[in-house]
Amino acid sequence: MLEIKDLTVQYGIEAPVMEDFNLSMKRGEIISIVGESGSGKTTVIRAVLGALPHGGRVVSGDVLFQGKSILDNSLEEWRRLRGTEMSMIFQDCGGTLNPIRKIGGQYVEYIRTHSRMSKWDAWKKAVEMLENMGLPAGENIMECYPHQLSGGMRQRVGIAMAMTFQPQLLLADEPTSALDVTTQAQIVQQMIELRDKYDTGIILVTHNLGVASYMADQLIVMHEGKVVDHGSRDEVMYHATSDYTKKLLQSVPELEGERFVS
Amino acid sequence: MFHDSEVILEAKHIIKQFPAPGKKVLTACNDISLNICKGKTLGIVGESGCGKSTLVRMLIQMDEPTSGEILYHGRDIVHLTEKEKWLNRQHMQMIFQDPLASFHPKMKVVDILTEPLMNFGRLSKNNREAKAKELLRMVELPEDFLYRYPHSMSGGQRQRIGIAKALSLEPEILICDEATSALDVSIQKTIIELLVKIQKEKNIGIVFICHDIALVKSLSHQVAVMYLGHIVEVVPGDQLSSQGTHPYTKALLGALFSVHMNQKERIQCIGGEVPSPLDIPKGCPFQNRCLYCGEICRIQKPVLKVIGEGHKVACHMVGADKNDESRREAFPS
Repeated sequence: MLEIKDLTVQYGIEAPVMEDFNLSMKRGEIISIVGESGSGKTTVIRAVLGALPHGGRVVSGDVLFQGKSILDNSLEEWRRLRGTEMSMIFQDCGGTLNPIRKIGGQYVEYIRTHSRMSKWDAWKKAVEMLENMGLPAGENIMECYPHQLSGGMRQRVGIAMAMTFQPQLLLADEPTSALDVTTQAQIVQQMIELRDKYDTGIILVTHNLGVASYMADQLIVMHEGKVVDHGSRDEVMYHATSDYTKKLLQSVPELEGERFVS
Repeated sequence: MFHDSEVILEAKHIIKQFPAPGKKVLTACNDISLNICKGKTLGIVGESGCGKSTLVRMLIQMDEPTSGEILYHGRDIVHLTEKEKWLNRQHMQMIFQDPLASFHPKMKVVDILTEPLMNFGRLSKNNREAKAKELLRMVELPEDFLYRYPHSMSGGQRQRIGIAKALSLEPEILICDEATSALDVSIQKTIIELLVKIQKEKNIGIVFICHDIALVKSLSHQVAVMYLGHIVEVVPGDQLSSQGTHPYTKALLGALFSVHMNQKERIQCIGGEVPSPLDIPKGCPFQNRCLYCGEICRIQKPVLKVIGEGHKVACHMVGADKNDESRREAFPS
């Protein structure tokens, strides 16, 4: 479904932040990209979505979505693709919502931008999606302002919005990093359920190795813009080839792991 | 393991309430009693909004508790004059989550490191460089960092400077408020190793606040689990995963993603969300998310009771009627 070939991204005239990135992904697959801050993991999904920050450009390589190169898409083509075929969730989905408008108005607007639907149908669709995400009383949520919801609820609203058109590809940039551990467990569980239900492919970018390895079919470890390990989850976890991955895995605090004090 | 003679700081039944709009009261900390001992680490875990930070702000006298007392070597320090509070702060220092925000951006490392000592008049200007070099050596940074600015260092290096600054006064207590949460895991590990090394050398008491229960376990002698302003369990660090008894402690342990966990294994998650601290439910604070909630939990607030050495838990269901089958599953003895 998605194929990335030797992608290199550069900001300005500095050294490339991401070099020779390769990936191929089937429907319904979850790929986790892990790495420390500044390793270029967010750049990957931004390049896929055609949303590189100012000054960023693809120097070489290609991104194929459903067999078609999407790098040279016109704005109009991008508009049709984003939000319906591929969508994105952010670390703080609340930040992407307009703080002075109710959820309902924004959600209906979002649906009607991407499809021909009456306001009433869009409203019903939105409530249905919210309730699918385990938010009880969807009607109430629609009448709330973003600040009235907790972080976990806002994140669910963001995921519900991203999943409205059952995209083939969901790009998740640190979707659980700002949440508490108990909420994180709920959201991770729900993302896996969504995959099983809609057969959506997910690219998950995170620095939390535990979450990454729990969700992933394929695991990619990045370090300073380069892929240092890539393979199925078990290959990378138990037979990592690079020293960096081994060191990273050892650094993760484990419940039954090393104790520093006696 | 925890003898009274070793206790440096003792918090007794402290309550902190903030006024809220609409004549409501926000209870951030409710009846908290803790001991901080020499050379030991007390870990505090809990989710956001459970009152961890408010608690340490009171310990370090940045806020005054609504009621209760804090004893430093047996002397009440809540009602000191401003001058005495200022002097007393030499004994307790703090490390913050984001050191960049706590450093003056236009001060060089040498000034940052020696500012606390100069403030208390414990260092002459001529000895500044020598002292700063000594501090840098302690946190394993090269000496040529002396004339750098905070912005030209990495996050881990800044955190080391933060530790060096806090330790320059040779405090008896070091409070780390999410000190490693903003760092990458590999850097986090080196900072923890440094903290533990320094603790062994100087025999200081550390209060380590973190939301990562696995990390807290790895370096704490004792762990306090907080929920909605209450301490629900105090347990020795090495027994946390095996002996953790309170349903909330278990939920935290269950929600942890381990690198090596089986993908087929369903992660246990508790439903619901933390209630607002503006109206804390009557009875047990955890009642609306607890799987084993019974009649009594809705009426009466559980108090901390001792169930083992250094192990206290606030739950009605612990040690209660063991004949009940569902409870036995919940709390295997």
